[in-house]
Amino acid sequence: MLSNPPSSLSFLEGSLLIVFQGKLTLLRDTKTDGSFLVHHFLSFYLKAGCKVCFVALLQSFSHYNIIAQKLGVSLTAAKERGQLVFLEGLKSCFDVFFGEEQHVGQTNPLQFVSKDGSNLKTMYEFVRTSLMASGSDSWKCPVLLVDDLSVLLSLGVRPVDVLDFIHYCRVAVCSQLKGNIVVLVHSNDDSEDEENELVVNSLCHQSNLILWAEGLATGFCKDVHGQVKLAKAFSLLPMLP
Amino acid sequence: MAALATGGATPSDGATSFQRKVPASSRLAAIAGTRPSVRHGQLLLSSGLPSLDCVLGGGLAVGTLLLIEEDKYGIYSNLLFKYFLAEGIVCGHNLFVASAKEDPADILKELPAPLFDDVHKNQVDEKETAIKSKQESQESMKIAWRYQNLPKMEVSPAASARFGHYYDVSKTVSPELLKSIKWHRFFLPEEMSLHPEIKTCNMTCGYTRLLQSIQRIIYQEGFDGSYPQKKQKNILRIGIQSLGSVLWGDDICCTDNPEDIFSLTKFLYVLRGLLRMSLSACIITVPAHLIQNKAIMERVTNLSDTVVGLESFIGSERETNPLYKDYQGLIHVHQIPRLNSLICDVSGTKDLAFRLKRKQFTIEFADHQPCASQKEHILTFKHRLSFRASS
Repeated sequence: MLSNPPSSLSFLEGSLLIVFQGKLTLLRDTKTDGSFLVHHFLSFYLKAGCKVCFVALLQSFSHYNIIAQKLGVSLTAAKERGQLVFLEGLKSCFDVFFGEEQHVGQTNPLQFVSKDGSNLKTMYEFVRTSLMASGSDSWKCPVLLVDDLSVLLSLGVRPVDVLDFIHYCRVAVCSQLKGNIVVLVHSNDDSEDEENELVVNSLCHQSNLILWAEGLATGFCKDVHGQVKLAKAFSLLPMLP
Repeated sequence: MAALATGGATPSDGATSFQRKVPASSRLAAIAGTRPSVRHGQLLLSSGLPSLDCVLGGGLAVGTLLLIEEDKYGIYSNLLFKYFLAEGIVCGHNLFVASAKEDPADILKELPAPLFDDVHKNQVDEKETAIKSKQESQESMKIAWRYQNLPKMEVSPAASARFGHYYDVSKTVSPELLKSIKWHRFFLPEEMSLHPEIKTCNMTCGYTRLLQSIQRIIYQEGFDGSYPQKKQKNILRIGIQSLGSVLWGDDICCTDNPEDIFSLTKFLYVLRGLLRMSLSACIITVPAHLIQNKAIMERVTNLSDTVVGLESFIGSERETNPLYKDYQGLIHVHQIPRLNSLICDVSGTKDLAFRLKRKQFTIEFADHQPCASQKEHILTFKHRLSFRASS
């Protein structure tokens, strides 16, 4: 589990933020729940003063808000001052499914659930417009956070379209806006979900940093929930002056 | 019928005259049959089985989904389904019963009768065990002597103030009790004949209708808070039987390459949104053993909150295994949700077996001990989770 969350960003974390820009971080979990990493990154980037676009597909806003408050950040306040753009997937899907026909034609990011089937273009447009810097903004690098990508496959999106979406976001967020992307996926060693494994392996290849939360190999234990492996960490040495 | 006391001890019982002043902001805790979780403050419901509540960390959270993977013949999963609905009746909740094979009215008629007898007060509650031990030792109290002569247990017949009840499976619930609650029905053959064919979101027709029906009830009855002037809030318990089976119009149970593998997962996603925004809880039984494409079950598990799998010993070699002679099957808890918190309540061991008796469905822990002389592990049953009734 995480140690005591810092009340403010330490010097190391601050300097890390300066050098770690334009990167894709992959959060991966196996046999355990890796959402604690999502909560950590959300509160970390908000405290650091970055503009965050959070695509929350799996849980409601209040769930993230309550945990973020325990970690020292208020999501409601962040939304009000324009630092956080929150896409509540469950609510958007509800609007698409039960909404009137004329509203569905609008730019609902989860429009693909109803008719388009597999096109994530509206979701990409949503991400791009929310992270584009406007004149009055004084936030640091923009961040896209996705929880989690495996849900998109359950909603009928093909793996190639998921990977296209991530690629487009990388172009827009990482290279044009010099921001970061953090994405959570589920995976299992003996998983029969081939589409999911395809997406996970492809993202492992593309990402700059992989954080892998695993359950213990020896089985279930009450006190120790699992281990976190750090893979493919970048090297700081060439970047330091 | 709904009792509003949170702790169960009302002044009329004579146990204590102290009544905590409940602030207006926590009026939500006054809904009958619910209690807030000690860990994360989430409102919890009883699943109808006190021993299952313990395993799930206190109960089922409001706004979540309990998915039961059916055992081979659907006997015990059907029983859990009925316990969940029966608990709703006793607590005065509203029910929504959906089925494609049985008329919901028939399902309700066959619910087990609740036991209001005080002998079965076997909860893992601190207060109860403390009072029990006081009963056994006949010593006079030294410090709290003032409480010695007070009646030991609540003897009121209004057992709905309690969290979790016991049921007698050999009797069915009385029609008077059934009439006292409000319930809604969804019987697929009926719905299909009433309205013409519609297809939204490329989902199987039966699922679409079910979602629209649930959403309509939630909106009309105000479970999503759309009528703030309504003082008395209540819970909607939704029960969906054998979702994914062929009777719902879905072919994932009969072929390896179904026509539409996303119907069920899309349904669960939209249902999740509905549950999260309303005061409701849902139980769904799925014939998981019939679904050939295992990727679907993995996705279904990820989209559900609590997932419990039942494995009965009927017809298997374990039926004659002497170690299992007292038990009817195993319970696998595949997933417990982490709500409003970074961690979740998980029990120490994961091997659980269940035993069904006339008045009680108990779930007990099992401990694995590897034995050198046999290839399989021997299970030794050490800890008892719930006590047996004396009668």
